[in-house]
Amino acid sequence: MEDIWVFIEQDDGELEGSSLEVLSKARELGEKYGYMVSGVLFGSDVKKLVEEAGRYGADRIIYVDDENLRIYNAEVYAKAMVELARRYNPNTILFSATRNGRDLAGRVAIPFNSGLLAHVISLDFDEEGRLTGRVPGFGGSIAAIVKCIDSRPQLATVTPGVFEAKTFDRECKYVEEKLEVDLTPDKYLVISREKSPVKDISKSEKVVVAGQGTGGELDIVYELAKLLNADVGVTRPLADRGLAPRDIQIGSTGVNLKSKLVIVLGASGAPHFVSGIKDCDLVISINKDADAPIKEHSDYFVVADIFKVVPKLLELLRGGGDA
Amino acid sequence: MLRNIIVLLKIVPKPEEVVFNPETKTVDRSKARNEINEADKNALELALKLKEKYGGKVITLSMGPPIWDKYIRLGVAMGADDAILVSDRALAGSDTLPTSLTLATAIKKIGDYDIILCGEESSDGGTGQVPPGIGGWLDIPHVTYVSDIVEISQDGWATVKRTIKGGHELVKIKLPFIAAVELGSNKPRFPDFRRKRWAEREFQLKIWSLQDLGLEPDKVGFKGSKTIVSELEEVKPAERRKEVLSGDLDELARKLYEILKENI
Ligand SMILES: Cc1cc2nc3c(=O)[nH]c(=O)nc-3n(C[C@H](O)[C@H](O)[C@H](O)COP(=O)(O)OP(=O)(O)OC[C@H]3O[C@@H](n4cnc5c(N)ncnc54)[C@H](O)[C@@H]3O)c2cc1C
Repeated sequence: MEDIWVFIEQDDGELEGSSLEVLSKARELGEKYGYMVSGVLFGSDVKKLVEEAGRYGADRIIYVDDENLRIYNAEVYAKAMVELARRYNPNTILFSATRNGRDLAGRVAIPFNSGLLAHVISLDFDEEGRLTGRVPGFGGSIAAIVKCIDSRPQLATVTPGVFEAKTFDRECKYVEEKLEVDLTPDKYLVISREKSPVKDISKSEKVVVAGQGTGGELDIVYELAKLLNADVGVTRPLADRGLAPRDIQIGSTGVNLKSKLVIVLGASGAPHFVSGIKDCDLVISINKDADAPIKEHSDYFVVADIFKVVPKLLELLRGGGDA
Repeated sequence: MLRNIIVLLKIVPKPEEVVFNPETKTVDRSKARNEINEADKNALELALKLKEKYGGKVITLSMGPPIWDKYIRLGVAMGADDAILVSDRALAGSDTLPTSLTLATAIKKIGDYDIILCGEESSDGGTGQVPPGIGGWLDIPHVTYVSDIVEISQDGWATVKRTIKGGHELVKIKLPFIAAVELGSNKPRFPDFRRKRWAEREFQLKIWSLQDLGLEPDKVGFKGSKTIVSELEEVKPAERRKEVLSGDLDELARKLYEILKENI
């Protein structure tokens, strides 16, 4: 039986949640078309991770346990994936479209001369078994339906958050593989890292988003978020300026929100940004420009200077609102 | 002193000016103004800084139609020493596989390179697949989401800063390599006025055809691609009420408060 592979990303012992979403989607496709579903995991001391990943719909987890694979390394991971794929000859390999997933998929495509679908938002096989997906472009305003042709393996990266990770009550096999290729990095060495824990806001119920209109003064933004029990997100330019971590940047090159409520403070509404809030239930935006494009993407569009109206709102929220 | 620093420049339509025609199901780029892809400008800026520090020659490389000429000159105006455009009808329809092959072949023809820089992704296609692909074709290391090149040492290694989930890491990478530079990681310089005039009027852009590269036409374009686009569709924006609230600030705050109370 042919195989759909899903690259299960981990970083120093921590599973990347979005690869489990892809694994669950692969299970669904496997059922529908009769493919076997394999998770492929690289890491060091991965026993626990492998078992955790196995719950999300895989028939088997193929893993390589090696100190050189503890964290992502573009050179070493590509070597490992290429050798393993040559050994098993899978029909399809899916990656979550994280930084590392995209990095790896782009390199693995070359030795196999494979078609690679970029950050798809839907995924299927056509009647001829060709991998097919919707690929958003132009900041997410237009999507192309793209297919792989004449490729083994067929490749795709999948936008995080579009599919749901589900656990399955089924048996999963664990297959440890040893590789022939030397996994010692030769031309690419990760020498140090600075990391702080990230809050995953892709599933937050309420988010206050700060745009350039805040001038980077985020105090009132955090205060509003606190009073509403919401999380904070930013537009790309604020992350570019280092005022907030990339991990809370909303939009086509950041997080797609699925919140019940989003409050957008001083963002113009560029296509690359609004694709990140299109799946939210209620969008309230405040902008001093009555013609800002964000208006078209808002349920309530408040024309005002945030530094004038938000402090008044904060006062009401702090109490005295009903007075 | 560094050898050639090659910067890949793509010319893209401004995303907000691209219109989708739902009847013909095609993208109309004709009314959109073009610009150098933003992240590629960050790559060029980084290249120019490296040149100031370590020497070398900055050469931009693009693959696209001849009308890109005038935008490519902007890169020269910013400070690039030379610019090459690979242009051939047979390249139309290339997906990322033949695109990275064509660019890699042109890079080999330029030769004598130490560092290849490009943007993390383009604002139109946005796949981010081309930089690792070029690394693959050239069999050199690639590194993505680079916000800075911190140091290049005498022994032929560079230290680069790479963005990761929750922070960044330092990667030591052996020359020659290709790096995808993060969008917004620096402030691209404005062209000097006199250099701009020179770039626009006197600079000679080199145009290479497939034959110049020695590439067979069936390796590129639609024939060389391993993906096909079967259809385009507009991603409809979500239905929104678009209710405009304006006027007295106290009233606005009160209204907002009420809307919030209802919805949380
Ligand atoms: C390849 C690519 C990918 C990108 N990916 C993303 C992405 O993932 N996310 C993203 O956000 N962007 C992304 N961008 C950038 C995007 O195109 C826009 O540049 C960006 O979203 C603009 O951010 P902004 O709305 O905060 O700033 P601006 O466009 O500068 O808008 C600021 C707004 O604030 C308003 N304002 C100013 N002062 C006040 C005030 N006192 N009170 C009220 N309103 C005020 C102004 O009227 C204006 O509308 C990407 C771009 C490219 C090319």
